Amino acid sequence: MPPPLLGLLLVLPALVVVLLLFVVPLGASVAGAFVVGDGVGLGNFVKTFALYTPDIVFTVLIVSLSTALIGTFAIAIGGYLTLGENPRAVAILRWLYRWPMFIPFIVVGQVLRTFLAKNGLMNNVLIAAGLITPLDAASFLDWRGIVIAFVWKQTPFVALLVAGAMASVDRGTIEAARNLGASRARILVEILVPQVATTLMVSLVLSFVTMMSVLSVPLMINAQSPTMITADIAFRINAYGDYGVANALGLVSLAISACAAIVYLRHSVRERT
Amino acid sequence: MTRPASSVFRRSGLTLDLWWIPRALILGLLAFVIFGPLTNLLLWTVAERWYFPHALPIDYGFSYWARVFAPRGNAMESLGNSLLVASLTVLVSLTLAIPAGYALARLQLPCRAVILIAFLIPQAFPNLPVYVNVARLFYQIGLNGTVPGVVLVHVTHGLVYAVWIATAAFAAIDRELEQAARSIGAGALRAFRDVTLPLAAPGLLASAIFVFLESLDEFTGSYFVGAPDVNMLPLLLYSAGAGGNYQIASISALLLLVPSIGFMLVVERFLKSDVLSKVGQ
Repeated sequence: MPPPLLGLLLVLPALVVVLLLFVVPLGASVAGAFVVGDGVGLGNFVKTFALYTPDIVFTVLIVSLSTALIGTFAIAIGGYLTLGENPRAVAILRWLYRWPMFIPFIVVGQVLRTFLAKNGLMNNVLIAAGLITPLDAASFLDWRGIVIAFVWKQTPFVALLVAGAMASVDRGTIEAARNLGASRARILVEILVPQVATTLMVSLVLSFVTMMSVLSVPLMINAQSPTMITADIAFRINAYGDYGVANALGLVSLAISACAAIVYLRHSVRERT
Repeated sequence: MTRPASSVFRRSGLTLDLWWIPRALILGLLAFVIFGPLTNLLLWTVAERWYFPHALPIDYGFSYWARVFAPRGNAMESLGNSLLVASLTVLVSLTLAIPAGYALARLQLPCRAVILIAFLIPQAFPNLPVYVNVARLFYQIGLNGTVPGVVLVHVTHGLVYAVWIATAAFAAIDRELEQAARSIGAGALRAFRDVTLPLAAPGLLASAIFVFLESLDEFTGSYFVGAPDVNMLPLLLYSAGAGGNYQIASISALLLLVPSIGFMLVVERFLKSDVLSKVGQ
């Protein structure tokens, strides 16, 4: 057997699994969005936008804000790990920042639900420190809770990739800029960030898509209206068995993710020209 | 860090001490942000009674642990199901990924890059609408609410780690070792079994752990395909939390947390830099 054929044969079973269990259902979800009763039409979308427009806007705002915060914190962490001059502080930060990375979203939801609640440790510490009075203590379990959960969980992942890319940037350029008197903040913004822009964008797009499909965090932290599209999809299926509207909502979330990918592609095309 | 040693010594006077004030403030804040929520979780696992406005639990005890680990409790059933599904997921994923990874690393393949990217698809699209339709499909062929159904869903999601890391692990092995085995008379299969596979074992083990954790922690797919017939630990966590039983929810969260954190601490021992640098290439 010629090697290319043997190679394909070895890869084929794994490919078939992805095809049958992901690509085909993905197609079914897109097609299903247009099925109304026995025919084809846009009825599901009319219903979707009539019922869920606030939730769609809410989802876009939450995920965009989270992505922006994740990017900012990841650059700050990566920048300090690369440019920090105190080895001990760098070592502490390196040990510290990665903890939430492997914690599953469902656990993040539970952990933050107790932490951010009115009676949670956060308010208790703020009260004990004299920063707020017990009467001011408010629950953060609304849109802020979702943003905090996303940023808490996703920042280490992006920071890990960004810090790795920053570490491989030529030290000579950084030293030269340093010798010419550039501040570390300026080196970070003008030298490091442009050089790791591709890694940063790829990891942010992956984070964006991940956040678009997390069901557990919105269900656990903020299930009341307005909520995220994922919670609505689960509700449509469980309460009504309404696959049409659920698939239409799914297509909306696909379109939002595609917008994020397009922003990335336009950026990388601009980089190359 | 790479600044000359002399400048570090020069700075080690008063300046250095003062700089520790903002450093300690920021690092302390970060430590609170990361460990505060985790401490809160630990407190909930041993809280017997805790309500507003009490800053700390009123009574401490392990009665909820006893309830979770009662032989007939549904927590033990969920834990058993989770471990069974995760183990089967690892088995199926590696069975698919070892030949695929070997072919991608060693053999000449047409459209190799496209094939590698294809395994990334399940991570690159929002997967909730997909799981909804998988559940519908499985319902028609009787796989919904069964362990094999849940395993298949987890395999699809875990394959990207399994295939990518297996490919990198095989690519990091010196090709000449295999050729040496072949030249002293070993067949292709024998050379693979006795030389290549043992050398790739640490990388394959790392991919197995990745897939195991992905499966253990997976919620959305289990929620649509498994529930309510196949109870898993994340589903128990969710329903206990939804029912207001924060102790049971926190204890199941802790059970899910321990393997994840343990892996984070040792991941670099399994994934050596020679393998890591080849991931995705």
